[in-house]
Amino acid sequence: MSGRGSSNRADVVIVGAGVMGLAIAYNLAVRGGRRIVVLDEHYLAWGASGRNGGGVRQQWSTEMNVRLMQESTELCAHFAEEMGINVWMRRGGYLFLARTKAAAERLERNVGLQNRCDLPTRMIPLEEVRDLVPELDTGHGASGGASGFVAACYNPTDAIVFPWPFLWGYARAAERRGVTIRTGLPVTAIERQGDDFVLTTPEGRLTAGRVVCAAGAWSPRVARLAGGALPDRPVRHEILSTEPLKPFLKPMVSVIESGLYLSQSLRGELVGGVSMPEEPNPDGEVRLGSRLDFLTTMARGLVALMPRLGHVKVVRQWAGPYDVSPDGNPIVGELPGVPGFYVVCGFGGHGFMMAPVVARHYAAYLDGEPPHPFFTAWRADRFGPGGAPPSADREEMIIG
Amino acid sequence: MSRKVILCRCEDVTLADVQHAVKLGRGDLEEVKRYTGFGTGPCQGKECLREVARAVAEAAGSDPAALSPFTARPPLAPIELGVLAAGGRRPGSSTRK
Repeated sequence: MSGRGSSNRADVVIVGAGVMGLAIAYNLAVRGGRRIVVLDEHYLAWGASGRNGGGVRQQWSTEMNVRLMQESTELCAHFAEEMGINVWMRRGGYLFLARTKAAAERLERNVGLQNRCDLPTRMIPLEEVRDLVPELDTGHGASGGASGFVAACYNPTDAIVFPWPFLWGYARAAERRGVTIRTGLPVTAIERQGDDFVLTTPEGRLTAGRVVCAAGAWSPRVARLAGGALPDRPVRHEILSTEPLKPFLKPMVSVIESGLYLSQSLRGELVGGVSMPEEPNPDGEVRLGSRLDFLTTMARGLVALMPRLGHVKVVRQWAGPYDVSPDGNPIVGELPGVPGFYVVCGFGGHGFMMAPVVARHYAAYLDGEPPHPFFTAWRADRFGPGGAPPSADREEMIIG
Repeated sequence: MSRKVILCRCEDVTLADVQHAVKLGRGDLEEVKRYTGFGTGPCQGKECLREVARAVAEAAGSDPAALSPFTARPPLAPIELGVLAAGGRRPGSSTRK
């Protein structure tokens, strides 16, 4: 990038080499005919793409998300074969548990919607929950129990994956198609030059016809460089991982009211998180430190859920940012006031699982094809000057 | 006889795995950790970090002193969930652990 001439110009520069940026680069490269550069301040898997729990589920409360995740799950299922890299995908299903009548009714409503989308989700009786996960304290039966669940739903086709190989797979496939990926290279300025953008990095300047900001929770900062504004905010979420255990837990288990979720990876570790009160964050900075409060809250939740886990040891905890928009839905498309600058953010902790499908449609959109309906539903200009978001189509199934 | 050299005993990461990761361009310990999984088992790299760092430096032809260790994640040592759930006390005991 230090040289002069045509190598300093790209048709599309993608800021952010997370799963979304790399997947868009790959899908755009497949369409051919463009010089594409991906820039990232850190290394692959440094950000939220390397810090999430690897859940891939189709149980959502809006038809848009159900259908998108059906498509994304199929893309994930074929990823290893197509990209030649093992992503440790395991389709053990997702089991949602509800403690309150209100949550149970929501699950029932969602199951109805999911069935209309041909998803085999169903409400299952607590006896069946115990068969599926005998270690659970379902709070049912003569002895009672601490957990007190009233309803459950299960979709056997949901899955978990190991997130990191998705990045390596997309990166390698994109590079093979001519994409340049530069890590460890922050963008420090984005200026207009006619119809183009000029991006400044420590290694020099790069001219771009179009810029795609795929920086996740760091997107508002990148948008500000280009003179734009984004209303999403970073919210710290944490995960812990245990020592590896013999495989025993088939589905991802999640409790609606507490936001607790737990799965067993193919490596045998239990991996999970839980909702914590959102901390005040007036400066909008991304905070990645680990907290003891999370560790003890999660431990209490897990031991109540599965008393037998009391002797299982935690080996590691870490934090990552959920990238949360004012109405909980993503923000995509051209940023108002900054023509040629495209955003794809605000996925609220679910960007990883949605990236395969979103990136595919995003590349088609950048290639001039009629945009997928999510470009209307999630358009960036839906937030008015007062920031009041529309209340319709609000996704309920935000977990963790 | 096998000539396999294990560097990370928790995750069975070999010298050849580390050399392969470096060859693919993973030059620092954070990236090698993610690519090979070294240091993610029960010891969290306490036994193998130095050996892997030496192997990375050798394979990359870089100065070992210039390699930073990967971010250490809490807890310092593995802790039972039951102990954490009891607020640092062993369940059923009255003494602080």
